[in-house]
Amino acid sequence: MDTQQIADAPPPTPPSAAEQKRAARGATRPGDRIFLGLSRGSGILLLVIMAAIAGFLTYRAVLAISKDHGNFLTTLDWNTGANPPVFGIAVLAYGTVVSSIIAMVIAVPVAVAIALFLTHYAPRRLRGPIAYVIDLLAAVPSIVYGLWGALVLVPNLNGLFGWLNDYLGWTGIFSWQGGAARSMLTVGILLAIMILPIITNVSREVFRQVPQMHEEAALALGATRWEVIRMSVLPFGRSGVISASMLGLGRALGETMAVATVLSPDFLIHGSLLNPGGGTFAQNIASKFSEATEFGRDALIASGLVLFVITLLVNGAARAIIARRKEYSGANA
Amino acid sequence: MAKRIDVSGLTAYYGSHKAIEDISMTVEPRSVTAFIGPSGCGKSTFLRTLNRMHEVTSGGRVEGKVLLDDEDLYGTGIDPVSVRREVGMVFQRPNPFPTMSIFDNVAAGLRLNGSYKKSELADVVERSLKGANLWNEVKDRLNKPGSGLSGGQQQRLCIARAIAVEPNVLLMDEPCSALDPISTLAIEDLIGELKERFTIVIVTHNMQQAARVSDRTAFFNLAAVGQPGKLIEIDETERIFSNPSVQATEDYISGRFG
Repeated sequence: MDTQQIADAPPPTPPSAAEQKRAARGATRPGDRIFLGLSRGSGILLLVIMAAIAGFLTYRAVLAISKDHGNFLTTLDWNTGANPPVFGIAVLAYGTVVSSIIAMVIAVPVAVAIALFLTHYAPRRLRGPIAYVIDLLAAVPSIVYGLWGALVLVPNLNGLFGWLNDYLGWTGIFSWQGGAARSMLTVGILLAIMILPIITNVSREVFRQVPQMHEEAALALGATRWEVIRMSVLPFGRSGVISASMLGLGRALGETMAVATVLSPDFLIHGSLLNPGGGTFAQNIASKFSEATEFGRDALIASGLVLFVITLLVNGAARAIIARRKEYSGANA
Repeated sequence: MAKRIDVSGLTAYYGSHKAIEDISMTVEPRSVTAFIGPSGCGKSTFLRTLNRMHEVTSGGRVEGKVLLDDEDLYGTGIDPVSVRREVGMVFQRPNPFPTMSIFDNVAAGLRLNGSYKKSELADVVERSLKGANLWNEVKDRLNKPGSGLSGGQQQRLCIARAIAVEPNVLLMDEPCSALDPISTLAIEDLIGELKERFTIVIVTHNMQQAARVSDRTAFFNLAAVGQPGKLIEIDETERIFSNPSVQATEDYISGRFG
Protein backbone atom coordinates (compact mmCIF):
# COMPACT_ATOMS: atom_id res chain seq x y z
CA MET A 1 0.00 0.00 0.00
CA ASP A 2 2.67 2.47 1.10
CA THR A 3 5.00 1.61 -1.71
CA GLN A 4 2.13 2.01 -4.14
CA GLN A 5 1.47 5.57 -2.93
CA ILE A 6 5.10 6.55 -3.26
CA ALA A 7 5.24 5.21 -6.77
CA ASP A 8 2.14 7.17 -7.72
CA ALA A 9 3.42 10.50 -6.40
CA PRO A 10 4.69 12.80 -9.17
CA PRO A 11 8.51 13.00 -9.20
CA PRO A 12 9.70 16.28 -7.67
CA THR A 13 10.95 18.62 -10.37
CA PRO A 14 14.52 19.70 -9.67
CA PRO A 15 14.78 23.50 -9.22
CA SER A 16 16.01 25.27 -12.31
CA ALA A 17 19.45 26.92 -12.34
CA ALA A 18 17.89 30.38 -12.01
CA GLU A 19 15.81 29.30 -9.02
CA GLN A 20 18.87 27.84 -7.32
CA LYS A 21 20.77 31.03 -7.85
CA ARG A 22 17.94 33.06 -6.38
CA ALA A 23 17.75 30.77 -3.39
CA ALA A 24 21.50 31.04 -2.85
CA ARG A 25 21.22 34.81 -2.77
CA GLY A 26 18.50 34.46 -0.18
CA ALA A 27 16.01 36.32 -2.35
CA THR A 28 13.07 33.97 -2.08
CA ARG A 29 11.27 35.24 1.04
CA PRO A 30 9.34 38.52 0.69
CA GLY A 31 11.48 40.36 3.27
CA ASP A 32 14.67 39.37 1.50
CA ARG A 33 13.23 40.38 -1.86
CA ILE A 34 12.18 43.82 -0.62
CA PHE A 35 15.52 44.46 1.05
CA LEU A 36 17.42 43.25 -2.00
CA GLY A 37 15.35 45.61 -4.16
CA LEU A 38 15.91 48.57 -1.82
CA SER A 39 19.64 48.10 -1.46
CA ARG A 40 20.16 47.40 -5.15
CA GLY A 41 18.00 50.40 -6.02
CA SER A 42 20.06 52.63 -3.74
CA GLY A 43 23.25 51.47 -5.39
CA ILE A 44 21.87 52.11 -8.85
CA LEU A 45 20.51 55.52 -7.77
CA LEU A 46 24.02 56.55 -6.69
CA LEU A 47 25.42 55.67 -10.10
CA VAL A 48 22.58 57.50 -11.85
CA ILE A 49 23.19 60.65 -9.79
CA MET A 50 26.92 60.54 -10.50
CA ALA A 51 26.25 60.07 -14.23
CA ALA A 52 23.67 62.88 -14.22
CA ILE A 53 26.11 65.32 -12.57
CA ALA A 54 28.93 64.37 -14.91
CA GLY A 55 26.63 64.60 -17.93
CA PHE A 56 25.24 67.99 -16.90
CA LEU A 57 28.68 69.42 -16.18
CA THR A 58 30.13 68.10 -19.43
CA TYR A 59 27.26 69.31 -21.60
CA ARG A 60 27.29 72.88 -20.26
CA ALA A 61 31.08 72.94 -20.16
CA VAL A 62 31.36 71.99 -23.82
CA LEU A 63 28.93 74.80 -24.72
CA ALA A 64 31.17 77.31 -22.95
CA ILE A 65 34.60 76.03 -23.90
CA SER A 66 33.72 75.87 -27.61
CA LYS A 67 33.26 79.65 -27.59
CA ASP A 68 36.37 80.41 -25.50
CA HIS A 69 38.86 82.48 -27.51
CA GLY A 70 41.58 82.04 -24.93
CA ASN A 71 43.11 78.71 -23.94
CA PHE A 72 40.74 77.24 -21.35
CA LEU A 73 43.59 75.58 -19.46
CA THR A 74 46.27 78.29 -19.52
CA THR A 75 44.63 81.72 -19.88
CA LEU A 76 45.23 84.04 -16.89
CA ASP A 77 41.94 85.84 -17.22
CA TRP A 78 38.21 85.35 -16.65
CA ASN A 79 36.36 87.67 -19.00
CA THR A 80 33.21 85.92 -20.13
CA GLY A 81 31.45 89.23 -20.91
CA ALA A 82 34.04 90.33 -23.49
CA ASN A 83 33.52 89.85 -27.17
CA PRO A 84 34.98 87.40 -27.96
CA PRO A 85 34.99 85.82 -24.44
CA VAL A 86 38.41 84.95 -22.96
CA PHE A 87 38.69 82.80 -19.85
CA GLY A 88 40.91 80.09 -18.39
CA ILE A 89 41.25 78.04 -15.23
CA ALA A 90 45.01 78.24 -14.67
CA VAL A 91 44.73 80.61 -11.69
CA LEU A 92 41.86 78.66 -10.17
CA ALA A 93 43.58 75.29 -10.52
CA TYR A 94 46.78 76.68 -9.05
CA GLY A 95 44.98 78.40 -6.17
CA THR A 96 42.80 75.41 -5.36
CA VAL A 97 45.68 72.95 -5.33
CA VAL A 98 48.13 75.21 -3.49
CA SER A 99 45.71 76.27 -0.74
CA SER A 100 44.67 72.64 -0.22
CA ILE A 101 48.28 71.46 -0.05
CA ILE A 102 49.06 74.13 2.56
CA ALA A 103 46.00 73.02 4.54
CA MET A 104 47.09 69.37 4.40
CA VAL A 105 50.69 70.13 5.37
CA ILE A 106 49.46 71.97 8.45
CA ALA A 107 46.44 69.86 9.38
CA VAL A 108 47.56 66.23 8.90
CA PRO A 109 50.47 66.21 11.38
CA VAL A 110 48.45 68.13 13.96
CA ALA A 111 45.42 65.88 13.52
CA VAL A 112 47.49 62.69 13.80
CA ALA A 113 49.18 64.08 16.91
CA ILE A 114 45.81 64.94 18.49
CA ALA A 115 44.45 61.49 17.61
CA LEU A 116 47.49 59.77 19.15
CA PHE A 117 47.23 61.95 22.23
CA LEU A 118 43.56 61.04 22.63
CA THR A 119 44.08 57.32 22.14
CA HIS A 120 47.44 56.73 23.80
CA TYR A 121 48.50 59.55 26.08
CA ALA A 122 45.56 61.53 27.45
CA PRO A 123 44.20 60.54 30.85
CA ARG A 124 40.88 58.75 30.44
CA ARG A 125 38.82 61.58 31.93
CA LEU A 126 40.27 64.12 29.45
CA ARG A 127 39.51 62.05 26.35
CA GLY A 128 35.77 62.70 26.28
CA PRO A 129 35.90 66.49 26.67
CA ILE A 130 38.67 66.94 24.10
CA ALA A 131 36.88 64.73 21.57
CA TYR A 132 33.72 66.76 22.21
CA VAL A 133 35.49 70.05 21.47
CA ILE A 134 36.84 68.60 18.23
CA ASP A 135 33.33 67.53 17.23
CA LEU A 136 32.14 71.06 17.95
CA LEU A 137 34.85 72.40 15.66
CA ALA A 138 33.40 70.25 12.88
CA ALA A 139 29.91 71.62 13.50
CA VAL A 140 30.83 75.29 12.97
CA PRO A 141 29.34 76.48 9.65
CA SER A 142 31.92 77.44 7.05
CA ILE A 143 30.63 81.02 6.74
CA VAL A 144 31.41 81.48 10.44
CA TYR A 145 34.94 80.26 9.79
CA GLY A 146 35.06 82.76 6.93
CA LEU A 147 33.96 85.67 9.13
CA TRP A 148 36.39 84.68 11.87
CA GLY A 149 39.11 84.38 9.25
CA ALA A 150 38.41 87.81 7.80
CA LEU A 151 37.92 89.63 11.10
CA VAL A 152 40.39 87.87 13.39
CA LEU A 153 42.86 85.76 11.45
CA VAL A 154 43.71 88.23 8.67
CA PRO A 155 44.59 91.21 10.94
CA ASN A 156 46.64 88.99 13.26
CA LEU A 157 48.76 87.31 10.60
CA ASN A 158 50.87 90.40 9.85
CA GLY A 159 53.42 89.44 12.48
CA LEU A 160 53.83 85.92 11.08
CA PHE A 161 53.99 87.19 7.50
CA GLY A 162 56.65 89.77 8.44
CA TRP A 163 58.70 87.10 10.18
CA LEU A 164 58.42 84.72 7.24
CA ASN A 165 59.42 87.52 4.87
CA ASP A 166 62.47 88.40 7.02
CA TYR A 167 63.83 84.89 7.32
CA LEU A 168 62.46 83.01 4.32
CA GLY A 169 61.66 85.85 1.95
CA TRP A 170 64.73 84.99 -0.14
CA THR A 171 63.04 81.78 -1.31
CA GLY A 172 60.44 83.84 -3.18
CA ILE A 173 57.68 81.64 -1.82
CA PHE A 174 57.53 83.61 1.43
CA SER A 175 58.25 87.12 0.20
CA TRP A 176 55.71 89.76 1.23
CA GLN A 177 55.16 93.30 -0.02
CA GLY A 178 52.91 94.22 2.88
CA GLY A 179 49.19 94.70 2.45
CA ALA A 180 46.35 92.75 3.99
CA ALA A 181 47.11 89.09 4.67
CA ARG A 182 44.38 87.88 2.30
CA SER A 183 46.60 85.41 0.50
CA MET A 184 46.93 81.71 -0.31
CA LEU A 185 48.72 81.05 2.99
CA THR A 186 45.86 82.65 4.93
CA VAL A 187 43.35 80.50 3.06
CA GLY A 188 45.53 77.44 3.68
CA ILE A 189 45.69 78.12 7.42
CA LEU A 190 41.93 78.63 7.61
CA LEU A 191 41.25 75.46 5.60
CA ALA A 192 43.65 73.56 7.88
CA ILE A 193 41.54 74.51 10.90
CA MET A 194 38.39 73.52 9.05
CA ILE A 195 39.60 70.06 8.00
CA LEU A 196 41.31 69.31 11.31
CA PRO A 197 38.25 67.75 12.99
CA ILE A 198 37.44 65.22 10.27
CA ILE A 199 41.05 64.04 9.96
CA THR A 200 41.37 63.86 13.75
CA ASN A 201 38.15 61.94 14.24
CA VAL A 202 38.77 59.34 11.55
CA SER A 203 42.41 58.89 12.65
CA ARG A 204 41.35 58.48 16.26
CA GLU A 205 38.86 55.81 15.27
CA VAL A 206 41.57 53.98 13.30
CA PHE A 207 44.14 54.20 16.09
CA ARG A 208 41.60 52.91 18.56
CA GLN A 209 41.10 49.80 16.44
CA VAL A 210 44.75 48.77 16.51
CA PRO A 211 44.54 45.21 17.86
CA GLN A 212 45.81 44.88 21.40
CA MET A 213 48.02 42.01 20.27
CA HIS A 214 50.01 44.22 17.90
CA GLU A 215 50.71 46.74 20.63
CA GLU A 216 51.60 43.99 23.08
CA ALA A 217 54.01 42.51 20.54
CA ALA A 218 55.98 45.75 20.63
CA LEU A 219 55.62 46.20 24.40
CA ALA A 220 56.91 42.69 25.09
CA LEU A 221 60.06 43.46 23.11
CA GLY A 222 60.74 46.35 25.46
CA ALA A 223 59.32 49.18 23.40
CA THR A 224 58.57 52.51 25.03
CA ARG A 225 55.21 54.15 24.45
CA TRP A 226 56.52 56.14 21.50
CA GLU A 227 58.16 53.02 20.05
CA VAL A 228 54.89 51.10 20.36
CA ILE A 229 53.22 53.88 18.39
CA ARG A 230 55.96 53.81 15.76
CA MET A 231 56.09 50.01 15.42
CA SER A 232 52.44 49.06 15.78
CA VAL A 233 49.99 51.95 15.81
CA LEU A 234 51.20 54.10 12.92
CA PRO A 235 51.83 51.23 10.47
CA PHE A 236 48.42 49.76 11.25
CA GLY A 237 46.71 53.12 10.96
CA ARG A 238 48.58 54.25 7.87
CA SER A 239 45.90 53.55 5.27
CA GLY A 240 43.21 54.88 7.60
CA VAL A 241 45.12 58.13 8.06
CA ILE A 242 45.46 58.41 4.27
CA SER A 243 41.71 57.94 3.89
CA ALA A 244 41.09 60.50 6.62
CA SER A 245 43.41 62.97 4.91
CA MET A 246 41.61 62.46 1.62
CA LEU A 247 38.28 63.23 3.27
CA GLY A 248 39.87 66.42 4.59
CA LEU A 249 41.42 67.20 1.22
CA GLY A 250 38.04 66.76 -0.43
CA ARG A 251 36.58 69.36 1.89
CA ALA A 252 39.52 71.72 1.38
CA LEU A 253 39.30 71.47 -2.42
CA GLY A 254 35.61 72.28 -2.46
CA GLU A 255 35.43 74.84 0.36
CA THR A 256 33.62 77.91 -0.87
CA MET A 257 32.31 80.51 1.56
CA ALA A 258 35.28 80.62 3.92
CA VAL A 259 37.69 81.09 1.01
CA ALA A 260 35.48 83.69 -0.66
CA THR A 261 35.29 85.68 2.58
CA VAL A 262 39.01 85.69 3.32
CA LEU A 263 40.72 85.87 -0.07
CA SER A 264 41.07 89.05 -2.07
CA PRO A 265 40.91 87.45 -5.50
CA ASP A 266 42.58 88.38 -8.76
CA PHE A 267 43.44 86.48 -11.91
CA LEU A 268 47.21 86.22 -11.53
CA ILE A 269 49.43 83.36 -10.41
CA HIS A 270 51.50 84.68 -7.52
CA GLY A 271 54.79 82.95 -6.80
CA SER A 272 54.64 84.09 -3.20
CA LEU A 273 52.14 82.48 -0.87
CA LEU A 274 51.97 85.66 1.21
CA ASN A 275 50.97 88.27 -1.37
CA PRO A 276 47.22 88.69 -1.68
CA GLY A 277 45.44 87.43 -4.79
CA GLY A 278 44.68 84.28 -6.70
CA GLY A 279 41.48 82.29 -6.49
CA THR A 280 39.98 78.82 -6.19
CA PHE A 281 37.35 77.05 -8.28
CA ALA A 282 34.66 77.09 -5.63
CA GLN A 283 35.39 80.66 -4.52
CA ASN A 284 35.32 81.90 -8.12
CA ILE A 285 32.01 80.20 -8.85
CA ALA A 286 30.44 81.54 -5.68
CA SER A 287 31.57 85.11 -6.22
CA LYS A 288 30.62 85.27 -9.93
CA PHE A 289 27.60 83.01 -10.28
CA SER A 290 24.81 85.33 -9.12
CA GLU A 291 25.75 88.08 -11.54
CA ALA A 292 26.79 85.93 -14.45
CA THR A 293 25.02 85.76 -17.80
CA GLU A 294 23.76 82.45 -19.19
CA PHE A 295 27.07 82.04 -21.00
CA GLY A 296 29.05 83.16 -17.94
CA ARG A 297 27.33 80.45 -15.93
CA ASP A 298 28.29 77.83 -18.50
CA ALA A 299 31.89 78.96 -18.22
CA LEU A 300 31.72 78.67 -14.41
CA ILE A 301 30.21 75.20 -14.79
CA ALA A 302 33.16 74.29 -17.02
CA SER A 303 35.49 75.25 -14.18
CA GLY A 304 33.32 73.16 -11.85
CA LEU A 305 33.89 70.19 -14.12
CA VAL A 306 37.64 70.60 -13.73
CA LEU A 307 37.26 70.63 -9.94
CA PHE A 308 35.16 67.46 -10.24
CA VAL A 309 37.91 65.78 -12.25
CA ILE A 310 40.65 66.92 -9.83
CA THR A 311 38.67 65.48 -6.91
CA LEU A 312 38.23 62.17 -8.76
CA LEU A 313 41.97 62.03 -9.52
CA VAL A 314 42.86 62.75 -5.89
CA ASN A 315 40.55 60.00 -4.67
CA GLY A 316 41.93 57.57 -7.25
CA ALA A 317 45.48 58.36 -6.17
CA ALA A 318 44.58 57.78 -2.54
CA ARG A 319 43.05 54.41 -3.36
CA ALA A 320 46.13 53.46 -5.34
CA ILE A 321 48.38 54.33 -2.40
CA ILE A 322 46.27 52.26 -0.03
CA ALA A 323 46.07 49.30 -2.43
CA ARG A 324 49.80 49.28 -3.07
CA ARG A 325 50.43 48.62 0.63
CA LYS A 326 47.61 46.12 1.09
CA GLU A 327 49.95 43.15 1.46
CA TYR A 328 51.51 44.86 4.45
CA SER A 329 48.31 46.22 5.98
CA GLY A 330 47.01 44.94 9.26
CA ALA A 331 43.84 43.71 7.59
CA ASN A 332 45.10 40.22 6.84
CA ALA A 333 46.71 39.59 10.21
CA MET B 1 72.24 34.16 30.15
CA ALA B 2 69.33 32.17 31.61
CA LYS B 3 68.31 33.43 35.05
CA ARG B 4 66.45 32.02 38.03
CA ILE B 5 63.03 33.46 38.82
CA ASP B 6 62.10 33.73 42.47
CA VAL B 7 58.55 34.88 43.18
CA SER B 8 57.36 35.57 46.70
CA GLY B 9 53.97 36.69 47.99
CA LEU B 10 52.75 37.94 44.63
CA THR B 11 49.19 39.29 44.41
CA ALA B 12 47.78 40.93 41.29
CA TYR B 13 44.67 43.08 40.85
CA TYR B 14 42.48 44.33 38.04
CA GLY B 15 41.20 47.53 39.63
CA SER B 16 39.65 46.36 42.88
CA HIS B 17 39.32 42.75 41.72
CA LYS B 18 42.00 40.45 43.09
CA ALA B 19 42.96 38.11 40.24
CA ILE B 20 45.69 36.04 41.91
CA GLU B 21 46.68 35.85 45.54
CA ASP B 22 49.90 35.24 47.39
CA ILE B 23 51.85 33.20 44.85
CA SER B 24 55.38 32.06 45.61
CA MET B 25 57.54 29.81 43.46
CA THR B 26 61.00 29.33 42.10
CA VAL B 27 61.81 28.64 38.47
CA GLU B 28 65.25 27.20 37.81
CA PRO B 29 67.38 28.50 34.95
CA ARG B 30 67.48 26.37 31.78
CA SER B 31 64.29 24.53 32.62
CA VAL B 32 60.76 24.49 31.32
CA THR B 33 57.99 25.19 33.80
CA ALA B 34 54.40 24.69 32.71
CA PHE B 35 51.38 26.40 34.26
CA ILE B 36 48.15 24.44 34.06
CA GLY B 37 44.71 25.06 35.52
CA PRO B 38 41.14 25.87 34.56
CA SER B 39 40.23 29.03 32.64
CA GLY B 40 40.15 32.13 34.79
CA CYS B 41 42.48 30.72 37.43
CA GLY B 42 44.98 33.50 36.81
CA LYS B 43 47.83 31.57 35.20
CA SER B 44 48.08 33.99 32.28
CA THR B 45 47.80 36.94 34.66
CA PHE B 46 50.61 35.50 36.74
CA LEU B 47 52.71 34.96 33.62
CA ARG B 48 52.21 38.60 32.66
CA THR B 49 53.41 39.78 36.05
CA LEU B 50 56.77 38.16 35.30
CA ASN B 51 57.60 40.74 32.61
CA ARG B 52 55.49 43.59 33.99
CA MET B 53 52.94 43.30 31.17
CA HIS B 54 50.12 42.99 33.69
CA GLU B 55 50.27 46.67 34.58
CA VAL B 56 49.73 47.62 30.91
CA THR B 57 46.09 46.54 31.31
CA SER B 58 44.08 49.40 32.74
CA GLY B 59 43.74 49.01 36.49
CA GLY B 60 46.46 46.35 36.57
CA ARG B 61 48.44 46.42 39.83
CA VAL B 62 50.87 44.05 41.52
CA GLU B 63 52.05 43.47 45.10
CA GLY B 64 54.90 41.20 46.10
CA LYS B 65 58.32 40.40 44.76
CA VAL B 66 59.67 38.87 41.56
CA LEU B 67 63.43 38.32 41.74
CA LEU B 68 65.35 37.68 38.55
CA ASP B 69 68.52 36.23 40.05
CA ASP B 70 68.86 38.91 42.71
CA GLU B 71 67.13 41.85 41.09
CA ASP B 72 63.55 42.67 42.10
CA LEU B 73 61.55 43.44 38.93
CA TYR B 74 59.16 45.53 41.02
CA GLY B 75 61.91 47.33 42.97
CA THR B 76 62.02 51.09 43.05
CA GLY B 77 63.73 52.65 40.07
CA ILE B 78 63.24 49.60 37.85
CA ASP B 79 61.98 50.59 34.40
CA PRO B 80 59.32 48.17 33.10
CA VAL B 81 60.62 48.75 29.58
CA SER B 82 64.05 47.38 30.50
CA VAL B 83 62.42 44.44 32.31
CA ARG B 84 60.64 43.49 29.09
CA ARG B 85 63.91 43.61 27.21
CA GLU B 86 65.23 40.95 29.61
CA VAL B 87 62.11 38.80 29.76
CA GLY B 88 60.77 37.90 26.32
CA MET B 89 57.21 36.85 25.63
CA VAL B 90 55.32 34.81 23.03
CA PHE B 91 51.56 35.22 22.87
CA GLN B 92 48.56 32.99 22.31
CA ARG B 93 47.78 34.35 18.85
CA PRO B 94 50.82 34.74 16.59
CA ASN B 95 51.37 38.49 16.36
CA PRO B 96 54.14 39.36 13.92
CA PHE B 97 54.19 43.04 13.03
CA PRO B 98 51.93 42.97 9.96
CA THR B 99 53.59 45.88 8.22
CA MET B 100 57.11 44.51 8.59
CA SER B 101 58.99 41.96 6.52
CA ILE B 102 60.14 38.69 8.06
CA PHE B 103 63.64 40.13 8.42
CA ASP B 104 62.42 43.33 10.06
CA ASN B 105 60.19 41.40 12.44
CA VAL B 106 63.16 39.47 13.80
CA ALA B 107 65.34 42.56 13.82
CA ALA B 108 62.69 44.72 15.54
CA GLY B 109 63.86 44.07 19.08
CA LEU B 110 67.50 44.67 18.21
CA ARG B 111 66.68 47.94 16.52
CA LEU B 112 64.90 49.05 19.70
CA ASN B 113 67.95 48.28 21.77
CA GLY B 114 70.38 50.30 19.71
CA SER B 115 71.94 50.65 16.33
CA TYR B 116 73.54 47.70 14.64
CA LYS B 117 75.53 47.30 11.48
CA LYS B 118 73.70 45.67 8.61
CA SER B 119 75.91 42.58 8.67
CA GLU B 120 75.46 42.19 12.42
CA LEU B 121 71.69 42.38 12.03
CA ALA B 122 71.75 39.81 9.24
CA ASP B 123 73.80 37.46 11.43
CA VAL B 124 71.43 37.75 14.37
CA VAL B 125 68.36 37.36 12.17
CA GLU B 126 69.78 34.20 10.59
CA ARG B 127 70.83 32.79 13.97
CA SER B 128 67.42 33.55 15.52
CA LEU B 129 65.45 32.09 12.62
CA LYS B 130 67.62 28.97 12.76
CA GLY B 131 67.07 28.89 16.52
CA ALA B 132 63.33 28.96 15.87
CA ASN B 133 63.60 26.21 13.20
CA LEU B 134 62.22 28.59 10.60
CA TRP B 135 65.31 29.53 8.59
CA ASN B 136 64.97 26.88 5.88
CA GLU B 137 61.35 27.81 5.23
CA VAL B 138 61.86 31.56 4.91
CA LYS B 139 65.47 32.18 3.89
CA ASP B 140 64.44 32.94 0.31
CA ARG B 141 61.75 35.43 1.23
CA LEU B 142 63.11 37.41 4.14
CA ASN B 143 61.79 40.65 2.68
CA LYS B 144 58.22 39.35 2.32
CA PRO B 145 55.68 40.33 4.98
CA GLY B 146 55.57 38.15 8.07
CA SER B 147 51.78 38.09 7.94
CA GLY B 148 51.95 36.00 4.75
CA LEU B 149 53.24 32.95 6.63
CA SER B 150 51.08 30.12 7.98
CA GLY B 151 49.94 30.31 11.62
CA GLY B 152 52.60 27.88 12.83
CA GLN B 153 55.31 29.69 10.90
CA GLN B 154 54.10 33.03 12.27
CA GLN B 155 54.34 31.69 15.80
CA ARG B 156 57.90 30.47 15.18
CA LEU B 157 58.63 33.89 13.69
CA CYS B 158 57.41 35.43 16.95
CA ILE B 159 59.68 33.06 18.88
CA ALA B 160 62.59 34.08 16.64
CA ARG B 161 61.75 37.71 17.31
CA ALA B 162 61.69 37.08 21.06
CA ILE B 163 64.98 35.16 21.20
CA ALA B 164 66.81 37.56 18.87
CA VAL B 165 67.41 39.95 21.76
CA GLU B 166 68.84 37.11 23.90
CA PRO B 167 66.43 37.46 26.82
CA ASN B 168 67.14 35.83 30.18
CA VAL B 169 63.68 34.33 30.38
CA LEU B 170 61.13 33.36 27.72
CA LEU B 171 57.45 33.45 28.66
CA MET B 172 54.92 31.64 26.47
CA ASP B 173 51.20 32.22 26.88
CA GLU B 174 49.43 29.21 25.31
CA PRO B 175 51.70 29.43 22.27
CA CYS B 176 50.09 26.47 20.48
CA SER B 177 46.41 26.97 21.19
CA ALA B 178 45.79 28.57 17.78
CA LEU B 179 47.86 26.00 15.87
CA ASP B 180 47.27 22.65 14.19
CA PRO B 181 48.88 19.49 15.63
CA ILE B 182 51.85 19.47 13.24
CA SER B 183 52.73 23.10 13.96
CA THR B 184 52.23 22.36 17.65
CA LEU B 185 54.72 19.51 17.45
CA ALA B 186 57.23 21.83 15.74
CA ILE B 187 56.88 24.37 18.55
CA GLU B 188 57.16 21.69 21.25
CA ASP B 189 60.37 20.36 19.69
CA LEU B 190 61.62 23.91 19.59
CA ILE B 191 60.88 24.45 23.28
CA GLY B 192 63.00 21.39 24.04
CA GLU B 193 65.91 22.97 22.16
CA LEU B 194 65.44 26.45 23.59
CA LYS B 195 65.61 25.33 27.19
CA GLU B 196 69.33 24.72 26.71
CA ARG B 197 69.73 28.49 26.55
CA PHE B 198 66.74 30.09 28.25
CA THR B 199 64.56 29.83 31.31
CA ILE B 200 61.14 29.00 29.88
CA VAL B 201 57.72 29.39 31.43
CA ILE B 202 54.73 28.17 29.41
CA VAL B 203 51.02 28.46 30.08
CA THR B 204 49.02 25.68 28.48
CA HIS B 205 45.52 24.27 28.48
CA ASN B 206 46.80 21.07 27.00
CA MET B 207 47.89 18.71 29.75
CA GLN B 208 49.63 16.31 27.39
CA GLN B 209 51.64 19.26 26.21
CA ALA B 210 52.62 20.16 29.76
CA ALA B 211 53.63 16.56 30.33
CA ARG B 212 55.64 16.45 27.09
CA VAL B 213 57.59 19.69 27.29
CA SER B 214 58.02 20.68 30.92
CA ASP B 215 60.40 19.74 33.71
CA ARG B 216 58.19 21.17 36.40
CA THR B 217 54.46 21.84 36.43
CA ALA B 218 52.49 24.32 38.50
CA PHE B 219 48.78 23.79 39.03
CA PHE B 220 46.61 26.86 39.60
CA ASN B 221 43.01 26.85 40.73
CA LEU B 222 40.36 29.16 42.09
CA ALA B 223 37.87 28.45 44.83
CA ALA B 224 34.92 29.89 42.90
CA VAL B 225 34.20 32.37 40.11
CA GLY B 226 35.12 35.84 41.36
CA GLN B 227 37.60 34.44 43.87
CA PRO B 228 41.32 35.03 43.30
CA GLY B 229 43.34 32.26 41.65
CA LYS B 230 45.93 30.49 43.76
CA LEU B 231 48.93 28.27 43.21
CA ILE B 232 47.84 24.84 44.43
CA GLU B 233 51.15 23.06 43.96
CA ILE B 234 54.32 23.03 41.92
CA ASP B 235 56.44 19.94 41.52
CA GLU B 236 58.37 17.77 39.09
CA THR B 237 56.11 17.23 36.07
CA GLU B 238 56.40 13.47 36.40
CA ARG B 239 55.19 13.64 39.99
CA ILE B 240 52.32 16.03 39.21
CA PHE B 241 51.00 13.68 36.56
CA SER B 242 51.56 10.44 38.45
CA ASN B 243 51.26 11.13 42.12
CA PRO B 244 50.35 14.73 42.99
CA SER B 245 50.32 15.64 46.65
CA VAL B 246 47.04 17.60 46.48
CA GLN B 247 43.70 15.98 45.70
CA ALA B 248 42.51 18.94 43.57
CA THR B 249 45.47 18.50 41.23
CA GLU B 250 44.71 14.84 40.73
CA ASP B 251 41.03 15.64 40.10
CA TYR B 252 41.99 18.21 37.48
CA ILE B 253 44.55 16.17 35.57
CA SER B 254 42.38 13.09 35.57
CA GLY B 255 39.45 15.09 34.22
CA ARG B 256 37.31 14.90 37.34
CA PHE B 257 37.46 18.64 37.78
CA GLY B 258 34.43 20.47 39.16
